[in-house]
Amino acid sequence: MRFVDEFREPALITRTAQEIRRLADPTRHYRLMEVCGGHTHAIYRFGLKDLLPSNIELIHGPGCPVCVLPMGRIDDGLSLTEHPEVIFTAFGDMMRVPGTRGSPLEHKARGADVRIVYSPSDALKLAQTNPGRHVMFFAIGFETTAPSTALTLMRARSLGIRNFSVFCNHVTIIPAIRAILDSPDMRLDAFIGPGHVSTVIGCRPYEWIARNERKPIVVSGFEPLDMLESVMMLLRQLKEGRVEVENQYKRVVPWEGNRAALKAMAEVFQLRPYFEWRGMGFISQSALRLRDSYAEWDAEQRFQIPGVRVTDPKAAQCGEVLKGVLKPHQCKLFGNECTPERPVGALMVSSEGSCAAYYNYEHLKTAMVSSVASAL
Amino acid sequence: MPAPEPRVRFRDKQIEMAHGAGGKASRRLIEGLFAPLLCDLSSGPLGDAAHVLMNGAPIAITADSFVVKPLRFPGGSIGELAVNGTVNDLAVSGARAHTLVVTYILEAGLPSEILEQEVRAMAAAARRAGVAIAGGDTKVVEHGKADRMYISSCGIGSLIEGVHVAPETVRPGDRVLLSGPIGDHGITILLARGELDFEAEICSDTRPVLPMIEALAAAAARGIRWMRDPTRGGVATSLNELARDCGLGIRLSEDRIPVHDSVRGACELLGLEPLHIANEGQFLAVVAPEMADAALAALRAAPGGHQAAIIGEVTEQPARTVLSATPYGGTRVVDMLVGDPLPRIC
Repeated sequence: MRFVDEFREPALITRTAQEIRRLADPTRHYRLMEVCGGHTHAIYRFGLKDLLPSNIELIHGPGCPVCVLPMGRIDDGLSLTEHPEVIFTAFGDMMRVPGTRGSPLEHKARGADVRIVYSPSDALKLAQTNPGRHVMFFAIGFETTAPSTALTLMRARSLGIRNFSVFCNHVTIIPAIRAILDSPDMRLDAFIGPGHVSTVIGCRPYEWIARNERKPIVVSGFEPLDMLESVMMLLRQLKEGRVEVENQYKRVVPWEGNRAALKAMAEVFQLRPYFEWRGMGFISQSALRLRDSYAEWDAEQRFQIPGVRVTDPKAAQCGEVLKGVLKPHQCKLFGNECTPERPVGALMVSSEGSCAAYYNYEHLKTAMVSSVASAL
Repeated sequence: MPAPEPRVRFRDKQIEMAHGAGGKASRRLIEGLFAPLLCDLSSGPLGDAAHVLMNGAPIAITADSFVVKPLRFPGGSIGELAVNGTVNDLAVSGARAHTLVVTYILEAGLPSEILEQEVRAMAAAARRAGVAIAGGDTKVVEHGKADRMYISSCGIGSLIEGVHVAPETVRPGDRVLLSGPIGDHGITILLARGELDFEAEICSDTRPVLPMIEALAAAAARGIRWMRDPTRGGVATSLNELARDCGLGIRLSEDRIPVHDSVRGACELLGLEPLHIANEGQFLAVVAPEMADAALAALRAAPGGHQAAIIGEVTEQPARTVLSATPYGGTRVVDMLVGDPLPRIC
């Protein structure tokens, strides 16, 4: 498979891992945060931790859009399924995320019209083929998915499709990184920058991280070799005392981002003054809403939304895990009350959620190592 | 050796799609509700078919049902699938299918032409598999209540001489054999639904696996410890069930698992794991190490088995866990399927 296999080439991976070992100062502990949930998934899926020296710690960041959504927003979106004319549509990742009265899939099992779509334009098509119904798209995601929502809304307007709306939960990555850096219990050495988000926003928006916060950041791809190369580039910066934004994912990420996508976003969205993030509280100017010129397609304006706020179950420590303060298995509920089958928090649902990734690929290994250690 | 895991309890509030997906929820339903109330579990873990004594003679019996959507797809259709699926369940239990009976649940308004196509497909598949269809039943439900047609089938068969499969007989060091490339069926169906705007040259692998199993048995009958056709939930789910039932671990070598490029590509794009994707014409076998090479050679020489491979090994530790080793020295846990495979969003 071209463009994939090249980045999984065992000989190159081994060589890069050796170079990382050579660069790593054995007397020092490195804390690198991978911002993006896709990176978290890749780290576990490819067993990359096994290839890194033990003094390089990878901290999972807040870049999983499903995970950062507070339960109240899910309840608000699902409240629309009470309108018999509404078809609730969302990406597959959303379907098992628990709300107070169950996930979208559980609502579907009880008879609500809930459907998985693969892109917002599929939801728009559904509206065209079901003129007697109202299709609501539950939009989530960072700048990665926001442009496709924007383009779909522009299309809905130009075609005059009125039985379609978007319940917008799009968030932006930079304020989340800022919140992490402002968090007092966080001591990070460097960032593995998000790859997909950067295809849209480019690398410039990260420059303050290097300039003001003095943390190196390397925008990274998602294949094993991409990620190891990014770690290697970060170690080089740290070793040489450089603090820069570097782009490892040049084959996909242009430094200036994607202007057409940014333009579409600017046409359709405006920043919300503040937005609640799961476990991180309210972060100002961190999310998008539809502009008033798109009010007709804004589910929050077309329907009565309860606007509920739901606190996470007390024992769940999703916030600490999202911020990277705790490792997934250090949460009290991990693996017993909270599993991918019966998730308490969204981090256990999405394949990009660090808890699900950890549970699926890693926790038994950890359990094994600790049981061996306690036997010695 | 660690004791097998305690039985699960079924406490789910309602039936969801996941209960039919072959993964963890299906297991809870079967082992927590159906089996304790309906079956005698003292004879060991449930396999693909039951072996029972009738007037002193051993026979194998199995039931299967088919609700595939769409009815026809590249490489097969519901009628063909019904025959192959049923005879394969018997085959991997170590039995040769003898006779099937089938039930059609039809929806009012189903064009007769479509029904005839499927009956013909079934007849052809039965001839190919060398099995008789001795009877059946027909029910018709209102339009819109059965998504055109469902088929249910029941098969009986006789045991293949010298083959005894049971998870309890599996030992550390045993090898895991796979008959051919995985994921073709599941990805074909996913694409045939037309919900994704992309196409690939993939066909369902639906076929009877008995000829391959007979070749395997001829070369290494005594060495065969366990077999399973990795249908819903894929290879990962079948091997996790084995690991749980025998109380041992399984270590796979990722680079030895045959997967067609088109399936790998589709899985990469959709964020799916080939090990979780359904197959309808492959089987897994655990074989004693000293007979593994002979078993593999026989399988590769059998029609349709040329891509067979030894994909892993049974290990003492970690118990009840399936691990996969990457070609560059990392390992990961391969868990059972949870829910239905859902594509990632970014």
